Amino acid sequence: MIVANQPVQRPSNAKVLMVDARGSIKHHVRSELVNLFRPGDVVVANDAATLPASLSGRHGRTGRSIEVRLAARASLDEVSQFSAVVFGEGDFRTRTESRAEPPTLNPGDQLELGPLQASVVRLLNHPRFILMRFAGSSREIWEGLARHGRPIQYSHVPTPLAVWDTWTPIAGPPVAFEPPSAGFALDWKMVASMSARKIRFGTITHAAGLSSTGDPQLDALLPFAEPYRIPRSTASMIEHAQASRGRIIAIGTTVVRALEHTAAIFNGFVPPGERLATQRLGASSRLRIVDAILSGTHERGSSHYELLRSFVDDETLNRIDQELNAHHYRTHEFGDSVFLEKADKQMQSADQPSVAA
Amino acid sequence: MKSNHESTDSIPFSPVPAPPDRHPGNPFVGLRVAITGGTSGLGLALVRELLNRGARVAFVARRRDRVEQVGHELPDAHGIVGDVSRKEDIHPITMQIVGGLGGLDVLINNASDLGPMPLKLLADTECEEFERAVATNVFGPFRLTKALLGSLSASAREGRGAVVINVSSDAALNAYARWGAYGASKAALLQLSRIWDEELSHEGVRILSIDPGDMDTPMHAAAVPDADRSTLKPAEVAACELGDAVAAALLRRPIVQEVFA
Repeated sequence: MIVANQPVQRPSNAKVLMVDARGSIKHHVRSELVNLFRPGDVVVANDAATLPASLSGRHGRTGRSIEVRLAARASLDEVSQFSAVVFGEGDFRTRTESRAEPPTLNPGDQLELGPLQASVVRLLNHPRFILMRFAGSSREIWEGLARHGRPIQYSHVPTPLAVWDTWTPIAGPPVAFEPPSAGFALDWKMVASMSARKIRFGTITHAAGLSSTGDPQLDALLPFAEPYRIPRSTASMIEHAQASRGRIIAIGTTVVRALEHTAAIFNGFVPPGERLATQRLGASSRLRIVDAILSGTHERGSSHYELLRSFVDDETLNRIDQELNAHHYRTHEFGDSVFLEKADKQMQSADQPSVAA
Repeated sequence: MKSNHESTDSIPFSPVPAPPDRHPGNPFVGLRVAITGGTSGLGLALVRELLNRGARVAFVARRRDRVEQVGHELPDAHGIVGDVSRKEDIHPITMQIVGGLGGLDVLINNASDLGPMPLKLLADTECEEFERAVATNVFGPFRLTKALLGSLSASAREGRGAVVINVSSDAALNAYARWGAYGASKAALLQLSRIWDEELSHEGVRILSIDPGDMDTPMHAAAVPDADRSTLKPAEVAACELGDAVAAALLRRPIVQEVFA
């Protein structure tokens, strides 16, 4: 695969690799994505807008330069308290893996982040993973984040990303820490053409967390617990589709995580409400709600890649990787897409234990 | 009050039924509204009017001292410092609106630029003066609405309604000498509103252009210093009428036409 190194959300030549329930692979142009959906399907996307979660500043006790990357929060309405990963001097041009260590962080340390004042509440089982609290009113904190924060940058994208590069066309509540990038494939024309074809479109809001911290120990904890909200309209669309055998199609891994988290609590039902997704999905997970996923192309070993193993077996994932390479698909946030239908278990031979029943 | 849109009831759109109405007849209770140009004239009158009707209001203006002054007077309103004519300000403004209110149901693009002051013939108007008027009166509402469209359409799907009001002027329709930069930019905003409303009807999002009439505001005084103020509509009256227009749009009724004198 080629690294997508330009923040172009919808290149006209974007591609989508499709795997149907029987495991056969086809290549499509992504502008015709809507043709892969069927009347009666419900397409669910994550409408979280991306916070500019990278905050540069100074560690009060030592005076050293730091970068704080907000990583997660306990609820969608929380504006004071965040978990965050702290980096030392340097910027995004250095790969996260090679960034300097921050100064030793202790509870009570003050962090001066532009107009924002924050303090370390405690360390979260790692020297540079902290729970932090901003001082000030929620109005002041929103203003500080909006004006001082910068989008988390990627070292594989040579030009700095602007905030608008990180928002999908349907972006609403600013609660994600990195873009729910599968949604870059959407545009309003596609949304309009879905409703013309009796394909229903709904959203959830899921505070997608950091995708990489540059630290193997921390990355092993990913994804962090992420709050999400399922609105009444989306819950009602899903209920209707379940009753009429329509498919539920998730735009992105965060949607799968949210819907399956709720379904696991409510025994296959998806009532509206706000909850905190704590589970990790992988090869042994049973999907109760989602029938297909549109996703970016992800690297083996990442939590996103693990989640795809709940849709298809490892043999199919290997074939997908070969096809993506052979057809020069672009990887990462601004790259091409895959559309995977959940493998029809009855089609598969019994000697594939990597797929759980 | 003039509205440019009549076909309000032909929306092939089915949101979930609205939540039980605890305040029948008052669509403003809990309504999340953002108003640009909210520290003077019609904008400030709208902030007061909609707060009084029970809405949760965020307002945007360029000058920090004015935002703080209004915020002090109206502590329930969420004040945001920002300039809609600046591309770089749009997403910070959007984040503070949606973050502060937890979503958005109504956006009122009220901030306006008159063009050169005092008003000039078009032939005497500098390109940069015209550009500034277009940046505030056309690109500002376009960018801000586009950035907020995800929130507005989510609100529409939830049955809360979603309305954008672009404050217009009769100068958008009539050719008044010396109002070239303003009139041409407001005409562009009017057509933008009409086309966008057509395109978004299936999403349940209404984009309305409304002319509040000649008002007794600092902006009018700047444009027409020797106007007879007794002939002008007080901003409070215009704000009340505009509030009714928002209510009508939310309730999906055709807006009552008034003849503009």
